Amino acid sequence: MSFMKKILNNRHPYMFIAPSLILLILFSIIPITIAFFISFTNLDLKGLVDFSSVSFIGLENYKALLTDDRFIKAIFNTVFYVLIGVPLVVILSLSIALLLNYGTSKLFTFFRSVYYMPSITNIVAIAVIWGFLYNTEYGLINYILSFLSVDNIPWLNEPTLAKISLIIVAVWKSLGLNMIIFLAALQGIPKDYYEAAEIDGANGFQKMLYITLPLLRFATFFVTVTTLIGWIQFFEEPFVMTQGGPLDGTLSIALFIYQEGFQFNEFGYAAAGSFILFIIIIIATLIQFKLRKSDTEY
Amino acid sequence: MTIIMMIGGILVSIPFLWMISSAFKPENEILAIPPTIFPENPTFDNFIKLFTEMNFLVYLKNTLIIVAVSSVGLLFNGMAGYGFAKFEFKGKEKLFYLVLATMMIPGQVTMIPVYLLLNEMGLTNTMSGIILPGLVAAFNIFLFRQFMATIPTSLIEAARLDGAGEFYIFFRLIIPVAKPIFAVQAVLMFIAAWNSFLWPLIIANDESLYTLSVGLSLLKGQYANNFALQMAGAAFMVVPIMIIFGFFQKYIVEGFTMSGIK
Repeated sequence: MSFMKKILNNRHPYMFIAPSLILLILFSIIPITIAFFISFTNLDLKGLVDFSSVSFIGLENYKALLTDDRFIKAIFNTVFYVLIGVPLVVILSLSIALLLNYGTSKLFTFFRSVYYMPSITNIVAIAVIWGFLYNTEYGLINYILSFLSVDNIPWLNEPTLAKISLIIVAVWKSLGLNMIIFLAALQGIPKDYYEAAEIDGANGFQKMLYITLPLLRFATFFVTVTTLIGWIQFFEEPFVMTQGGPLDGTLSIALFIYQEGFQFNEFGYAAAGSFILFIIIIIATLIQFKLRKSDTEY
Repeated sequence: MTIIMMIGGILVSIPFLWMISSAFKPENEILAIPPTIFPENPTFDNFIKLFTEMNFLVYLKNTLIIVAVSSVGLLFNGMAGYGFAKFEFKGKEKLFYLVLATMMIPGQVTMIPVYLLLNEMGLTNTMSGIILPGLVAAFNIFLFRQFMATIPTSLIEAARLDGAGEFYIFFRLIIPVAKPIFAVQAVLMFIAAWNSFLWPLIIANDESLYTLSVGLSLLKGQYANNFALQMAGAAFMVVPIMIIFGFFQKYIVEGFTMSGIK
């Protein structure tokens, strides 16, 4: 009884957090529990209507996934995306942040907005715009390349090339946000570090190498981890631009899960796939943290 | 350095410039080879067609409803951030970790069960079903908490001594003081709600519930070869965001600095 009284007397904090907490529990915590359970069942569209047809099949879904050619292909494609995309995003967004950090005039503020713009652009609009740019016959890119006497390139119609085309779009889209994170970190570096280095006769390159880059360690780590997690879940670009084609050439793990779940209604199978994805993300993140720990002695 | 920065910036903005230019071209000019850089016969027809041949007015209305309801989510996030920052209560740590843990769960894991849940609740093909799952977000609660923690507790204590109720304090004292973070979050929320695509696509079966982005993807399928119309649709989605961002970009950038990522 005294416990209830305590809660009632101190009910305000609970009232403040309750709406958010209830929604998060309802749409995140409960669903992940459900997903875990159905990943061991054969739940499909039939099972939704007639619950008695759903049965517990143990690890069957997981076993089937590991021998599913499309799933293996999706893993391969996702590795391809991550290996090329993540380093590109980190290096390019850092470079742009360094360039933008050189000046504070209106011009720099303007270009900061320009670089940021793609990251707040709707994904369908991006698919529409880039779909036209990449168009084999009427696209701007092939037209410009024709001046260099390059034949029309089928940007989205050849499996490997299509992957690269999607990476270009995704890198273009994610530069802005990461650039802002680097910029915020750059602005947090005290000016007197540079002044002290100048007195010691350091040149611009040395200042960059010995002051700027080491002090950007945390930002670089943060950007790398979030970018990595994001790219392992690579979904939107293949979903809206190629639907995973041609010949599953752009199919990612996340898109595979979506298709199994919402197009083929194999809910149990898709849930099992989503847990494999989750495990891959956790392992990749843990490796990142481990690597960071080993070089914190600075 | 300045030159490199400008060249890069122009490269990055080519897709947008091409979109704007193409949106004003008539249908026969858009497929011309060589393409015209500026429309030779600029026309508004494509934009008019969005409303006459497609139902962009309906999509716009639905998108604006989502934007409006999302502001409730903004309030919820702010309240939770305040609760976690300025109160001591039983289970606070554990509940906060629970909130943070939801950030780690990939969208693909919860997508199917959330759909099944909404289906059980009879919320598929309804506006509530589209809006509810994304209403609050752990990361935003976290950002609110970071900011609210910097508000002096003495300020709140003083108001309590004056006999102000907790909700009065939140609405009359905390929200004005926390205006910068609310402003940033409001802009980001607007952008996210305006762009929302996947969930409306999954939940909405009737075209009367489509958002602008779902409508645009329908247009992309139905008018696959009418690139001018597609570009007009894209411009209709992108330009309002550009304008809003242009006005508020200073706050957004400061918002990231404020979040303490260094």
